[in-house]
Amino acid sequence: MSAASTRSVLEPSPWGQRFAALLVILYALITMIPLVWIGLTGLKTPPDAIAYPPKVVFDPSLEGYVNLFTARSRQTPEYMASLPPPTSWYDELVRKRNMVITGPSRFAERYMNSIIIGFGSTFLAVFLGTIAAYGFSRFKVPLKDDLLFFILSTRMMPPIAVAVPIFLMYRALGLSDTHLGMIILYTMVNVSLAVWLLKGFIDEIPMEYEEAALVDGYSRMQAFWKVVLPQAKTGIAATAIFCLIFAWNEYAFALLLTSGNAQTAPPFIPIIIGEGGLDWPAVAAGTTLFLLPIVFFTVLLRQHLLRGITFGAVRK
Amino acid sequence: MGPAVAEIVFENTTKRFGSITAVDNLSLTVGDGEFVVLLGPTGAGKTTTLRLAAGLEVPNTGRIRVAGVDVTRAPPAERDVAFVFQQYSLYPHYTVYENMAFPLRSPSRRWDEARIEARVREIARLLRIEAKLSNLSTALSGGEMQRVAIGRALVRDPAAFLMDEPLSSLDARLREDLRVELKRIQEDLGATVLYVTHDQMEAMTLADRIGVLAEGRLVQIGTPRQIYSAPASVHVAMRLGSPRINLLPVGALGLADGPAGATTVGVRPEDVILGRGGAVARVIAVEHLGAETVILMESEGNKVHALVGAGAMRHVGEETTVQMLPGTALFFDRDGQRLDAAPTSDAKKPAERAHGT
Repeated sequence: MSAASTRSVLEPSPWGQRFAALLVILYALITMIPLVWIGLTGLKTPPDAIAYPPKVVFDPSLEGYVNLFTARSRQTPEYMASLPPPTSWYDELVRKRNMVITGPSRFAERYMNSIIIGFGSTFLAVFLGTIAAYGFSRFKVPLKDDLLFFILSTRMMPPIAVAVPIFLMYRALGLSDTHLGMIILYTMVNVSLAVWLLKGFIDEIPMEYEEAALVDGYSRMQAFWKVVLPQAKTGIAATAIFCLIFAWNEYAFALLLTSGNAQTAPPFIPIIIGEGGLDWPAVAAGTTLFLLPIVFFTVLLRQHLLRGITFGAVRK
Repeated sequence: MGPAVAEIVFENTTKRFGSITAVDNLSLTVGDGEFVVLLGPTGAGKTTTLRLAAGLEVPNTGRIRVAGVDVTRAPPAERDVAFVFQQYSLYPHYTVYENMAFPLRSPSRRWDEARIEARVREIARLLRIEAKLSNLSTALSGGEMQRVAIGRALVRDPAAFLMDEPLSSLDARLREDLRVELKRIQEDLGATVLYVTHDQMEAMTLADRIGVLAEGRLVQIGTPRQIYSAPASVHVAMRLGSPRINLLPVGALGLADGPAGATTVGVRPEDVILGRGGAVARVIAVEHLGAETVILMESEGNKVHALVGAGAMRHVGEETTVQMLPGTALFFDRDGQRLDAAPTSDAKKPAERAHGT
């Protein structure tokens, strides 16, 4: 018999598999090209970045990154000539453009804000979401379905639709431009997603595990920690990634509600353009650094995203 | 060892879920070292009874005592009972060892690790799963999973074991093996067991006493022999025996003279005799089971099952005669309650238990 007859009818043919692989590769290329371009632009000099036709092969330079992290001022050639020799490689890089470094830029600070607000709100949303989802999944809650619908309904409009009331409320409460304010805001938006996603995951964990733990001598809370949480890990990881991506990338509220103190990276990165001409390499460098934590976090939790490990010890 | 008198007592226990009464005024005592099996169809309240004993449900009325302590409203952790679930319910994120150690590490016990290890190994040896201790609990066969689940109950040495159809998800062969093993272990340990099943074979072979449940009520309780030979009602008679007891109107097969008020007569298939006179019958179906043969016949408009030896060859469509072994008939009144058979003409002949022709 031919090889084709030995495979299961549910398995695609070798040509089908190749075709599917081709589609995936094509899709990956299309989505990767802008990211690769941004990564490359961050390593170009400003003239290379705006060269036409675009340069694919170029001499890499860290100028974009230096510009991203520094504030500079343009000087006259006479002044430049009067300076002592540069003390560092980045000093030298900046002086080539007739500029001197006047201090660090605010990028590091904004980046830190993003980390605090992004991870803080993700933690809170997942924490609250897990508890609420467990409650909805395991207990008789009066008006359960209505409550769940109500929770979901908060996502039925774009959050920015309520920007004005939130802006006024935040101003009145003194939450404008604070880390706490932004954490609360992103948590509020994410918690509905977290409740719904996690309820699905927790519903799938059979009650018998907790009951077994109860009979084995544990309290409900201990059973939750020892038995439910470890099995909900997969769902928690997936939910956390979704929440983080939203909080990390959020632009509109960050622009509206933050300025000097709690500004996150998304509204800051476009500002870089204005500092000393169209500095695309610096913007690209900022964007590249901005993407890294999400990539890192996703890779870190990737193994938990692969499902199916926990199911099997309870026969359905 | 466990407490001196490890018994489970239900006193007039009732549990309702909304408008449904799952357990209806149940009074039952499982004695120290006794193996009681609750038998009944789905929805009879078997599992609810177990869950009440475990503390996973709280009764609406009545009390429950375990080892002399009133635990009616005590949380599960405070009761000295172990539960073996139908679905094994091994913690999938733990190894076999960790699963078995889990109850001993609980806040209510907190054994030290050396003692836990000794105990887990001892029980693992008893259940022949020593080699699997470091396996993840998901990487086991069904039989092994169920052994671990039983092991997790055994390590604690509780006052009583509650088992909810622990063998039902296993294949027939494994179920037989584990059944024998379970009985051996129970006898070795002198354990008190309340066991739920809908499998009459399990009930007959494991039980010291069988309690038959129907619609939340305990219909009858007694030794397997009592339940089989002297069922309290049609319902109980139908629960035990395979093929099922033949239920015929009084007068069929020449069984006219039952006690007053009898409307139905029950005859076990093994008590039906073929080809030795009696009513005329026609064979409708023949099922060869190996050692025995089930023959379905029609006689005077009634369907009659007979269980005969393998040697008895019958063919579909064949005409034969059918009668019953004297003194074996069970009489039931209009409500399905059994009536004591008055001495009748049937009892004259000495009972001869010969199968088939």
